Amino acid sequence: MSRTALYRFTNTVLLPVATFCVFVGGWEAIVRLAGISKIVLPPPSDIALAFWNGLLAGDFSWHLAVTMYEILAGFVVGALSGLLLGFLVALVPLAERIFYPYIVAFQTVPKVAIAPIIVIWFGYGVTSKIVITATIAFFPLLANTIMGLRATPHDQIEMLVSYTASRWQVFRMVRLKQALPYIFVGLDVAIVLSVIGAIVGEFVGAKAGLGYLILQKNFNFDMAGTFAILIILSLIGVGLHALISAAQRRIVFWIDTGGERVMGA
Amino acid sequence: MSLTRVLPLPTGLPWRTAATTPAQTRAVAAESRRDGSLVRINGLEKIYATKDGQTIHALKDVNLDIGETEFISIVGPSGCGKTTLLKILAGILSRSTGEVTIHGQALSGPSREIGVVFQAPVLLPWRTVLQNVLVPVEVQKRDRTRFEARARDLLAMAGLAGFENKYPNELSGGMQQRVGICRALVHNPSFLLMDEPFGALDAMTRETMNEELQRIWTESRKTVLLVTHSIPEAVYLADRVVVMTPRPGRIVDVIPVDLPRPRTLAMHNTPEFGRFVARIRAHFNSAGTLDT
Ligand SMILES: Nc1ncnc2c1ncn2[C@@H]1O[C@H](COP(=O)(O)OP(=O)(O)OP(=O)(O)O)[C@@H](O)[C@H]1O
Ligand SMILES: [Mg+2]
Repeated sequence: MSRTALYRFTNTVLLPVATFCVFVGGWEAIVRLAGISKIVLPPPSDIALAFWNGLLAGDFSWHLAVTMYEILAGFVVGALSGLLLGFLVALVPLAERIFYPYIVAFQTVPKVAIAPIIVIWFGYGVTSKIVITATIAFFPLLANTIMGLRATPHDQIEMLVSYTASRWQVFRMVRLKQALPYIFVGLDVAIVLSVIGAIVGEFVGAKAGLGYLILQKNFNFDMAGTFAILIILSLIGVGLHALISAAQRRIVFWIDTGGERVMGA
Repeated sequence: MSLTRVLPLPTGLPWRTAATTPAQTRAVAAESRRDGSLVRINGLEKIYATKDGQTIHALKDVNLDIGETEFISIVGPSGCGKTTLLKILAGILSRSTGEVTIHGQALSGPSREIGVVFQAPVLLPWRTVLQNVLVPVEVQKRDRTRFEARARDLLAMAGLAGFENKYPNELSGGMQQRVGICRALVHNPSFLLMDEPFGALDAMTRETMNEELQRIWTESRKTVLLVTHSIPEAVYLADRVVVMTPRPGRIVDVIPVDLPRPRTLAMHNTPEFGRFVARIRAHFNSAGTLDT
């Protein structure tokens, strides 16, 4: 192995693995040696066991499916409506005058705080969770789409128009392209918030789902189980984020780093 | 070989250093006029309204005729309104007062017959070099296959063969500018508006591009309006050199350059060439803005 290859191996494989081992080993050791109660902080071995049992025994799978459905459905509904309204507001001056004041006003409302109302309105089933998730995923897309469609450099529009481009051609050939990086930033923010939205919805009142399961486990002082679900939730978040990033790298290939990040919630 | 110009170019005008006396002003006015012109600019004025509620007087009483197949160079200090004038002619900027006609018709917007080279390259980063050059063809829905061959030829002419499928951010500033030049030429417009097209190029490449531009102009008989900061470049290429004053931009002198065509780089060292350059430079000195 050459020096650089060894260096790269150390950096990308050895270092993270070693850090992980030291962290988990240290955690395990402290919990065992100091005799910390499992209700306060479960040792990693217990969490791993709960994780394994939960997945293998199918204990989690139904709840996992429910939560995934809520996340994805809420994300798609919220992102699509944010996108559409964003186009409308950015492109139709009348729509901007009608909607924009309400958008600004509603954006400042903490969406999590209206979750209880939505559960009352839509019940304890998946519908209310989808609505909450959609509400949360809506704003990052709305804000970023509006911003992206307004981000086209003036000189690019001048250039196209000087060659007799129509409004539609300007939209298709530059404005849409310039908006894409912003839209992807919005999607990325929205997908991560969607996971939060679904869980918060389940906390408020649900009959199934990983959030519901966390409450159950917590109620039974099954801390290892709670931690195992937390791991699953982070894996879901990381996975969905990776999917969006992969699509972003393919579609917005001309941007090295992402656009401006707008937090919508 | 000398090229017969369509336009009669009056000669024998007295040398002037700056147009100050009424007689000289009349001479400039006479020199701005041409019979049978492609473009007529009459009393053109542009006042920008800035965001803070102020106004900027960019162009003031600009009068100029541009003959069919004529090559005009415009020189003037930075900020005097050269780009403003060019954008108005390109039909992408409104004018405050005055009239502009092209082919006898009032200018009302962009035209398929115009090709614009912008001061900055303005390439679209998601398009390859070739796709960027083909933007006018796409916008104007021309026959893509036919013009693609032309685009490749133009790129080769500009020294960019082999870069057709690269993206703009993989190109140097001067290379990007050359792509912008190819884009302005691809649909074979009869009227070229060029805003400091060679500003980002080194001296050698610049001379090559000057020669190519002269060749293209000679062969395809285009009308060209070239904004440049280089006085020798202006003289080398032009039938007439237009000198503008600092803001608000007015035309202070119009100098017919009757050097024989085709011009060679060696002409730069002749006394005649030097006299043209000196006459133009005198305006910059008197205006207190030494540029180039
Ligand atoms: N969009 C605008 N809004 C307000 N003022 C403008 C605008 N564009 C140009 N100006 C002003 O008009 C004047 C002329 O600008 P212009 O770009 O035409 O100059 P220029 O002769 O091309 O200069 P340079 O040689 O530096 O390119 C400048 O003083 C500038 O400040
Ligand atoms: Mg300029």
